[in-house]
Amino acid sequence: MFDLSLVLAGPYRDLLVAGLLLSIKLTAVTLVLALPLATAVALLRLAPLRPLRWMGFAFVESIRNVPLLAHMLFWYFGAPELLPETLKARLYEGNFEALSAVIALTLYTAAYMAEDIRSGISAIPAVQREAGRSLGLGYLANMRFVILPQALRITAPPLISQTLNLWKNTSIATVIGVAELMYQAAAVESASFRSFEPFAFATVSYLSVSLLITGLAAWQQRRYPVRPA
Amino acid sequence: MIRFEHVNKWYGAYQALVDVNETIAKGEVVVLCGPSGSGKSTLIRTLNRLEPIEGGRIEIDGKDIHAPGTDVNALRSRIGFVFQQFNLFPHMTALQNCTLAPVRLGRLSPAQADEQGRALLERVGLAHKADAYPAELSGGQQQRVAIARALAQKPPLMLFDEPTSALDPEMVGEVLTVIRGLASDGMTMICVTHEMGFAREVADRVLFMDAGKVLERATPADFFLRPQHPRAQQFLADIRSPFGNG
Amino acid sequence: MLELIDTYWLYFLVGQYPNGPLGGLALTLALASLGLLLAMPLGLILGVARLSPWRALRWPVTALVFVVRGTPLLMVIFWAYFFLPTLTGAKTSQFGTMLIALVIFDGVYLAEIVRAGIVGLGRGQVEAARSLGLSHVQALRHVLLPQALRHMLPSLVNQFVSTIKETSLGYIIGLSEVSFIATQINTQVFTKPTQVYLCLGLTYFLLCFGLSRFAYWVEARVAARGRRRPLAGAPA
Repeated sequence: MFDLSLVLAGPYRDLLVAGLLLSIKLTAVTLVLALPLATAVALLRLAPLRPLRWMGFAFVESIRNVPLLAHMLFWYFGAPELLPETLKARLYEGNFEALSAVIALTLYTAAYMAEDIRSGISAIPAVQREAGRSLGLGYLANMRFVILPQALRITAPPLISQTLNLWKNTSIATVIGVAELMYQAAAVESASFRSFEPFAFATVSYLSVSLLITGLAAWQQRRYPVRPA
Repeated sequence: MIRFEHVNKWYGAYQALVDVNETIAKGEVVVLCGPSGSGKSTLIRTLNRLEPIEGGRIEIDGKDIHAPGTDVNALRSRIGFVFQQFNLFPHMTALQNCTLAPVRLGRLSPAQADEQGRALLERVGLAHKADAYPAELSGGQQQRVAIARALAQKPPLMLFDEPTSALDPEMVGEVLTVIRGLASDGMTMICVTHEMGFAREVADRVLFMDAGKVLERATPADFFLRPQHPRAQQFLADIRSPFGNG
Repeated sequence: MLELIDTYWLYFLVGQYPNGPLGGLALTLALASLGLLLAMPLGLILGVARLSPWRALRWPVTALVFVVRGTPLLMVIFWAYFFLPTLTGAKTSQFGTMLIALVIFDGVYLAEIVRAGIVGLGRGQVEAARSLGLSHVQALRHVLLPQALRHMLPSLVNQFVSTIKETSLGYIIGLSEVSFIATQINTQVFTKPTQVYLCLGLTYFLLCFGLSRFAYWVEARVAARGRRRPLAGAPA
């Protein structure tokens, strides 16, 4: 009744594996872009100046309260209209689907990570900040050498949790035509008229990477436990 | 009434109880004392099976409490346990805390439980606080309600795990008065406490523990005046002159 | 943009109703509300099962929770879409498919919230209840759940916000929720995608941001009542 060989060899398997690899690539690229952005936004949220704090708040709230699907639709269908014709044409020629997906994913993930980083920094007792500043370090230098290294340990578990969410969120890129794992599973389903095998493959793939990420979290907590000041 | 035979307990690689052998008679008031980490709380918690044991046997009224088929809930309803942190149920009034178990375990009707609850609160001096929530009570008052709650089951045995250690000093007295009252009424009690004055007054026997072993057992008079074991002597010396023997 | 809103506002809000099934924002809200409502009993059962002393109950539920949480919601929707008809023997509507997927997915997340709520009460409450002779079930029913559920209220509102966002995935199976309707509008109008999708984003934002603020208010109220009744064991 279920014929797994359909997806474990041959062209269908190649399609699915290509999809899996693209999903992983999307995750990796987004992660690299989102982390620095998230850190910047977190620092904005904690800035001494009110307008800066408000900017950070606006960024986080306007992104988190809109579903990722709507973000993707906006960046793929809505945003290019704002660009001049020539640029728009060039974009659609290239792999604009993937680009929109990465933009949407990066902003969405960064908004969530920014909150986790902000909590992590806030969790460092104020005296640590004062200690750094009284040594003569400026705000940013203080952040870089004193606060962020400590905050990183506290923040690592929620950040890994967000990475898990990111991994699952890459599936939504299917809606704008990115040929990641979900898209390929649906494509194989259409082509072969078998639903169980491609979806089983996709489910197992998602679960395996999720397991890896969760395992990473457990390892990190054991190896680098939070040391109270 | 209670018998510990070769009781051993480990937390992983750490041995918390080392070959404990004791007998406690009905109506006896026993005080367990010793330094932190000596295993005294662990020992009484094995009696109502809040802690499992890895070796040996514990008998209450001649019955092995770990025998297969033992009804743990029935066992626990016959033992009153008072915690260091009181652990009152914050979403219930003092009276409701006392009536919950008798009603839910089918022993009393709600009306009977209510009557008994008020009588018990009266006994601990808190009849006027029957409808107060734990947040509205001081620490000493909460602990007294906790004692009333434990008594609501009419247990033949009461266990106290450092009942006054979490209290501000001025409230210790009111709780000890209640416990003293129970002792003089003939209740079988095991009390883990640092309150040496209380122990001297109320206990029939003192058991001194260190590192999981019972090192000395004596009457209060003998223990406090003529401790035999060097660790016991050290312990009492530390208590008397907390700034060291320089 | 204003004429866009003027022309399509009703379609955006209720879809083709009354000339067809309910759609648009109304459908989004109906789906999210119903989904969360049905997910709550499931979450309660699963959460309590995760804490059960019986391994035969605990392990399968833990496995289920792990599998559902490690899979994208979209995957759960596809499974429901392709396999529910086989299971039920009848063709399942898009609404039904989406509802089932949401109930399972949110049920599992609620289970974790329930479990965390109970565990967060601390060992003291459990030990006090069990020491009185109450059984595991009695302790849950009379001592642990009443406290945990009250503390969970803010998380529930946040979960509702998440559920609203999750309904957007109905788009992929052609359910006429608000994102799908927006795309329909965009196809018709064709020349104003930026405005259409900005409107969509703004709608979600107003709805979800409003609800999150409500969650904060609820949390503050619970905390204020909690100051009247702090956790047991703390001297007042």
